[in-house]
Amino acid sequence: MSRWIALVCGVLFGAGLVISDMANPARVLAFLDVAGDWDPSLALVMGAALLPSALAYVWRRGRQRPLAAAQFHVPSHRTIDTRLLGGAALFGIGWGLVGLCPGPALAALVTLQWPFLLFAAAMVAGMALHRLLPLRMA
Amino acid sequence: MSLHALHWGWPVAGGLLIGTAAALYLMVAGRVMGVSGLLASATGLGPGGARAPAALFLLGLLAGTAAALAVVRVPAFAVTSSWPLLVAGGLLVGFGTRLGSGCTSGHGVCGLARLSPRSIAATAVFMATAAVTVFLARHVLGGAA
Repeated sequence: MSRWIALVCGVLFGAGLVISDMANPARVLAFLDVAGDWDPSLALVMGAALLPSALAYVWRRGRQRPLAAAQFHVPSHRTIDTRLLGGAALFGIGWGLVGLCPGPALAALVTLQWPFLLFAAAMVAGMALHRLLPLRMA
Repeated sequence: MSLHALHWGWPVAGGLLIGTAAALYLMVAGRVMGVSGLLASATGLGPGGARAPAALFLLGLLAGTAAALAVVRVPAFAVTSSWPLLVAGGLLVGFGTRLGSGCTSGHGVCGLARLSPRSIAATAVFMATAAVTVFLARHVLGGAA
């Protein structure tokens, strides 16, 4: 069951990225360019996405387990450390360089255009690099 | 650079779909819908865990994207970065999202929704460094990205 819900959620997510034009790097860069001809539409995407998501997380509070799995797998640690902030900072720089974060980067693969294939390959390589480096930061 | 503005209904409708996906994934599967984590799990680069659902999510993502592109008229995806920037950007996004345990979906859509202090901090940081990067590229260095 949770396999098929993953497929359904992926379809909804991909369709949402296209409809909101968030899968388009040009749109994302126009949103991030606050000093230029700012395009606020991605703030609407984020705001609208938070609505059902927040309702679901409120719903979760009164429950022991999800509808079709043994338990919830939601991180509970609250420590803000240098790994978290350093990783977020690096991710933001990469996002700003090209205009692609992981979801849109994968969605754009359906165009089969080489810049998107190259970006996604580099992204997986970056994940592999993280896996290989035994980082032990504070 | 002048991309025509969207009617507000499109970003709102798209955002609601993304949020509904996050809500269903939590309610039914009990998991955070974070694309960087799902990609890491599906490719075997994550901390382990459920590989099959992660791969199915990514398959659905591609199918949903393709289906929506066939039905809705949106501007063509435009990426103007040179290949060294694409490689550098991809490496930073892949490495950074693993080190920072999440991206726009996991920290942004799911983490903010549950008021996680880590996700709030991470989202503030990646939004800020992304905006500074675009500012430097477009207004200081001049059109490099």
